[in-house]
Amino acid sequence: MGVIPPHLPYQRRHAMKPFATALALSLTIACPTLAFAAGASDTDAERLARWNEIRTSIFGDKAVQPTETLVKVDAPVRALDAALVPITLTMPEPGKVAGVSLVIDDNPSPYAANITFGPAADPSEIKLRVRVNNYTNVHAVVRTKDGGLFETAKFVKASGGCSAPMGMSDEEAMKGMGDMRMKFAEGPHGAKSTEATLMIRHPNFSGMQMNQITRDYTPARYIQKVVVSQGARNILTLDGDISIASNPVINFAFLPEGTAPVTVVASDNQDGRWEHSFPVPSPSN
Amino acid sequence: MVAQFGLSPPVAGGVQASRRAALFGGLCLCCLPTLGRSAEGFALDEVGPGIFIRRGPDAEATAENADAIANIGFIVGERSVLVTESGGSLADGQWLRAEIRKRTDKPISHVVLTHVHPDHCFGAEAFAADAPVFVGHHALRAALDARGDYYRTRLVELLGADRAGKVVYPTLEVTDGAEVDLGGRTLSFHAHGVAHTNCDLSMRDSASGLLFPADLLFVTRIPSLDGSLLGWLKEADVLKAMGAAQAVPGHGPTRVDFAPAMADLTRYLGTLRDETRKAIAADLPIEKAVATIGQSEARNWALFDLYNGRNVTQAFKELEWE
Repeated sequence: MGVIPPHLPYQRRHAMKPFATALALSLTIACPTLAFAAGASDTDAERLARWNEIRTSIFGDKAVQPTETLVKVDAPVRALDAALVPITLTMPEPGKVAGVSLVIDDNPSPYAANITFGPAADPSEIKLRVRVNNYTNVHAVVRTKDGGLFETAKFVKASGGCSAPMGMSDEEAMKGMGDMRMKFAEGPHGAKSTEATLMIRHPNFSGMQMNQITRDYTPARYIQKVVVSQGARNILTLDGDISIASNPVINFAFLPEGTAPVTVVASDNQDGRWEHSFPVPSPSN
Repeated sequence: MVAQFGLSPPVAGGVQASRRAALFGGLCLCCLPTLGRSAEGFALDEVGPGIFIRRGPDAEATAENADAIANIGFIVGERSVLVTESGGSLADGQWLRAEIRKRTDKPISHVVLTHVHPDHCFGAEAFAADAPVFVGHHALRAALDARGDYYRTRLVELLGADRAGKVVYPTLEVTDGAEVDLGGRTLSFHAHGVAHTNCDLSMRDSASGLLFPADLLFVTRIPSLDGSLLGWLKEADVLKAMGAAQAVPGHGPTRVDFAPAMADLTRYLGTLRDETRKAIAADLPIEKAVATIGQSEARNWALFDLYNGRNVTQAFKELEWE
């Protein structure tokens, strides 16, 4: 019924621990994926075929209509840093939006993020930082409250973002894992909505980065779920995958009510779980 | 079938994208006109007694220039020769070795690998037959393990397998300091903290007093930040305290007055630091920050548009958690 969150397909297919899953998958990779070793030279037809397959795997047979009004993807045409590509999703009709999915077609694990908005959300704009491994279309698919699916895409030139080494040891990269910060600013609709920037300290290891000490691949360890609420009112739930850049930063807007703090619960695929609360600035500020 | 979409981790070193238009260790290969000049077209400057340096052009690696873009050269002692930087490819290293042999037949006893970047260490294979000591930072081996294959793949795409060069590991791994006596002159090495990269090695020649900061000092070419912004500013002070009047930078003219050259570099890095901190404090998102930060420096550096935004991204990542 609902949309499959990004990480679920692996778990369903391979009922094992994530590490084992990764290994099992890597065995299956060699053949079928070579056909999909897409790159700068792919034709539009090849890109469309790939998108159609991904779309079907995520949304099944449901129709996904193109849209120019419900969602827009902003991303650099050429990434400055393939391991940190800022993406902005703008949704000019927030009242209609129930959720949005981000798909990076030519990444090894294309389904990058799925966001479901709660009653306290202002879904006008979402910003994320992602890894881009290849020249690729970046698709955003909006789910409307009446059950429709609408897509748009932007082409991004980048290379190697998923396998780019962190430039430090795994231990350094994991320092302070689970620490969070949140900054608030006036939102897109003036006083009614508040913009928030959530920063989470987490390496989000993609499983494709080499450990500089052991000379082995660091097992994937990534933020799988982030639930943001104000009091009992949910703002958003994000399902994430290895395409989210290390030390994830998420920008969103919400409709504050009362003085309850904003609570963030983040969990990763290795049973890491972190919870933090942030006082909401009073409207008089 | 499903696996096509679930290819999470780890593809053994395999998911290397693209072609020549790819990012080459973060260096964009495709945006600049080629130099139209082969490695053989470069000359060596004698910057001090027995010290010969080739000025690398302020360009990106291309098939035509064989990645011969760094300042590389050699120092001749009474007994043997030390190679200050190996070159950007096997072809570049072979060119340097031929230049050495035009001037001296003393044995090549040492080859310095100043840091992990390909324009500095992929010429090393050209000296393998000399069986020299390969001098490197203690963190270089691990850095080469993490990136060497990636760099090599890019170089092979660009130059072909026979001209690219192989990953060569240091055989003398410098932890703090080390000294090498060539006869009549001693080279003193210093392994720096994370700065330009996490494995920067500098060197001082006793005979000339010249400092070889490698890529801890960029002149004319915009510095590329691949380690730590604050760390680099700290190591700049370490280099200043060494008291050298003149230096051979990793890029730029082959011999410069050290203080003003380093002042230019730290001015750029300081601007990057201050403006990035300001942007973070003002909640400027990273995609806006890359377009505004450091613009006052645009006229001062070659390749500014290619690297500044990337440097800002690195700075942002480093400073937003302060």
